[in-house]
Amino acid sequence: MELFRLTIKQAQEVVRKTPKQAGELLQALTKRIGQVDSKLKAYVRFNPNHIQLPKRSDQNAPLLGIPISVKDNMVTQDWETTCGSKILKGFVPPYDATVIKKLKEAGATIFGKCNMDEFAFGSSCETSCFGPTRNPWNVDCVPGGSSGGSAAAVASDTAIAALGSDTGGSIRQPASFCGVVGLKPTYGRVSRYGLVAFGSSLDQIGPITKTVEDAAILLNVIAGHDECDSTSADIPVPDYTSFLGKNVKGLKIGLPKEYFAEGLNPQVERKVKEAITVLRDLGAGCVEVSLPYMKYAVAVYYVVAVAEASSNLGRFDGVQYGLRAENSNLRDMYFETRNQGFGAEAKRRILLGTFVLSAGYYDAYYLKGLKVRTLIKQDFDRVFEKVDLILGPTSPTPAFKVGELTSDPLAMYLSDIYTISANLAGIPAMSIPCGFSRDGVTPPLPIGLQLMAKPFEEGTIFRAASAYEQATKWYEQKPKL
Amino acid sequence: MNTQYESVIGLEVHVQLKTKSKIFCACSAAFGCEANENTCPVCLGLPGSLPVLNEKVLELAIKVGLALNCRISERIKFDRKNYFYPDLPKAYQISQYDMPVASKGFLVVEIKGDGGVLTEKRIGITRAHLEEDAGKLLHEGIKDGSWVDYNRAGVPLLEIVSEPDLRTPEEAFQYLVSLKAILQYLEVSDCNMEEGSLRCDANVSIRSIGETKLGTKVEIKNMNSFRAVQKALAYEVKRQTKAVESGEKIIQETRLWNESKSETFSMRSKEQAHDYRYFPEPDLVPFSVASEKIETIKKSLPELPKARWDRFKTRYGLSDYDAYVLTSDKILGDYFEACIQEKADPKLTSNWIQSELLALLNAGKIAIGDSPVKAKDLAGLIRLIGNNTVSGKIAKEILPMMFETRKSAETIVKEKGLVQVTDLKVLEEAADRVIRANAKSVSDLKAGKKQALGFLVGQVMKETKGKANPKLINEILTQKLPIQ
Repeated sequence: MELFRLTIKQAQEVVRKTPKQAGELLQALTKRIGQVDSKLKAYVRFNPNHIQLPKRSDQNAPLLGIPISVKDNMVTQDWETTCGSKILKGFVPPYDATVIKKLKEAGATIFGKCNMDEFAFGSSCETSCFGPTRNPWNVDCVPGGSSGGSAAAVASDTAIAALGSDTGGSIRQPASFCGVVGLKPTYGRVSRYGLVAFGSSLDQIGPITKTVEDAAILLNVIAGHDECDSTSADIPVPDYTSFLGKNVKGLKIGLPKEYFAEGLNPQVERKVKEAITVLRDLGAGCVEVSLPYMKYAVAVYYVVAVAEASSNLGRFDGVQYGLRAENSNLRDMYFETRNQGFGAEAKRRILLGTFVLSAGYYDAYYLKGLKVRTLIKQDFDRVFEKVDLILGPTSPTPAFKVGELTSDPLAMYLSDIYTISANLAGIPAMSIPCGFSRDGVTPPLPIGLQLMAKPFEEGTIFRAASAYEQATKWYEQKPKL
Repeated sequence: MNTQYESVIGLEVHVQLKTKSKIFCACSAAFGCEANENTCPVCLGLPGSLPVLNEKVLELAIKVGLALNCRISERIKFDRKNYFYPDLPKAYQISQYDMPVASKGFLVVEIKGDGGVLTEKRIGITRAHLEEDAGKLLHEGIKDGSWVDYNRAGVPLLEIVSEPDLRTPEEAFQYLVSLKAILQYLEVSDCNMEEGSLRCDANVSIRSIGETKLGTKVEIKNMNSFRAVQKALAYEVKRQTKAVESGEKIIQETRLWNESKSETFSMRSKEQAHDYRYFPEPDLVPFSVASEKIETIKKSLPELPKARWDRFKTRYGLSDYDAYVLTSDKILGDYFEACIQEKADPKLTSNWIQSELLALLNAGKIAIGDSPVKAKDLAGLIRLIGNNTVSGKIAKEILPMMFETRKSAETIVKEKGLVQVTDLKVLEEAADRVIRANAKSVSDLKAGKKQALGFLVGQVMKETKGKANPKLINEILTQKLPIQ
């Protein structure tokens, strides 16, 4: 097999056997990028010279010599980090994010920085200042967003695996659109230190991988308490690979009726229902459940997330780093810098967030939003008293066309309707491939299945996802590039 | 008829808490370092960085809260205060909005009346909340723009807000003195207004006496000493009274004190005020403070000014006022007690500190802590007075020499031969010489003019170059010249 096609698991074996192969693996990926990335633009920058060939003493490092790509909103010491925004062009952080540090300690090579919606604001990877990323299955389509670059890189085999970040679905929706595995861990499972903040109470870093097994390997490396992040949980990290290869007999899966209602694409519905049958056949028990407050999730999200974002983005003011529109007047410098530096979607969200926090509106929007968020959380608590997992589609549709929704922000926001509530509730959720949508004319597009679990029970997700994956092996199908 | 007005004043005091590191990162909180020496991604607000609360800061804040008789919040929560300014690296300040660490307390302030009589007044403390300090803009000597020093960004601050219970600028001054004393006793802050470790903004309005509603308030900023606060308030009360008397309406605004012109001027009106868009800081999870922890802190509180004041009165027999003066400044009180430790007489020590030592220090603009005459040396001098080695008069000449040379009193007495003459023979010879030379006074005294005795004692003192013991001379002269 070509080296670039390797999973983390396979690469581990190759490098362990022949350490020299790490260099060849990097060359193979670099060559692959040269061949296909001009069509996809999954990367905003990569560095084939970063490799440190494994030394014998590093033999315990789980990612020894393995290149990992990361979304460009995780800061890398001495390596430009831009969040897909003009306002951060040229910003070279003086420190590594905790996840980057952990990857390096595990022996990984930080190989490339992946494209993303500007500051993770978007569901299509079209708002990046570097231009849109394309879907490897059909370059006329979006890869999803905001971690679209990471998902497209993994799907097109220009990355062995990648990290994304998920505030309202930004790992899962692109994973679903690109036919790869994407996990948003429990809020607090992975340190946010060094992740450029969007919605601080929602953001979470997670793996985007070719297989469920790889996601477990990568989560093992990045999970855990971090003294630099007060919101990270001081809860022991289990070996997530220990949940793989188990059966699902006796596992109780809830199917929220609200996830199979109006607005769901029929092909997506069919594939998700087929997946339910597979899991049933494997011995899982499926019951219908209800999450009545889910209908408010998108609305609540666009109050809470934008409020936090408007504050988080205040620091991009031209004073210390990034773009500065020189002006002798301070006020004008602020206005011009932010006017030139931010794209339309970033401006829209800053305005919305500023509005909902304004004197006289705070109670009606932000405070009410927090209250409804609590109700949504309680919805999940109630359902999880009866079931181990919740299953549904990741996205209401397969990937849409580039430009199709850019003029209709609300329709764009609705593409996260099934993913947002996991962020509001802080629970772990994974998207795994469950088939393809076919119209007989255009190339088939992947469809994703979403599995959600109680806080810190990523293991249960791995158990079911691994069993389903082994029964279906959708990952064997590759886009034709 | 002339309306009589009263002023209504509330103060907001920002105190830098004395911790080794900053409130949300491990950087040093030290003052006076190279610009931007004490910075890291967190206090620079770099993208991706996150705050982590320094536990020591909370402990100090609880200490202050307890000393100010406040209720300590069971839950600690932080909020973001959003505004743009180059010294604020994240464009928001992490502060506490609706759940301050301490609230609903009070401070007893001593108001000095006529003849040094002290009366107590209880001033309510609305709240005390934690926040991070901002950086500092540097303009001097820089062409085309300004520089920013972020050393101060993230230094812990406690903002202490009083109720509008103060009625005169003098009361406001006295409140600051009392508050500073408590903070010094707690050893939580340097309280140095010049270095900015203590800052004060004032809110002031006026109303006609008898009125219970509050008038329109004006906030004044930019005062760099307690006296400046008092002066700015006095100016502002006068300005507002004049305005009201001439039929103008007071505008709610923020005004700045100009020290050199001794006046306030408008900075911004209410309409231009910021909307800070406070909301809960999502990067810091709210947490509870164990009541045991609060109890432990309570037990560890040191003796506070009021308790020490009472102790100085009962233990050392000092007057109400003397004990107050000595205890209103912790270092002064410590100095006094260090003298007592060195076996100096308490009352004499109190007098010597308040009259002689403070006069010398004030003249040289020296703080008591930096006094060239250390407590053990002042005690040495006072002991010499107590055992009649030197007279009070000579001692008053010795102290400035000690001040100048940093030598001990004993050394100076030895070097200059200032030991008091108590040898009766020497004194009697001197008295005889004086009697012979002052026949007129002698006959006056014999005739019953008692004031002549004073003159003659003075002459003997002169004869002995001031070294005679005046009490002994008095006895000798009275014996030699009985009144007829």
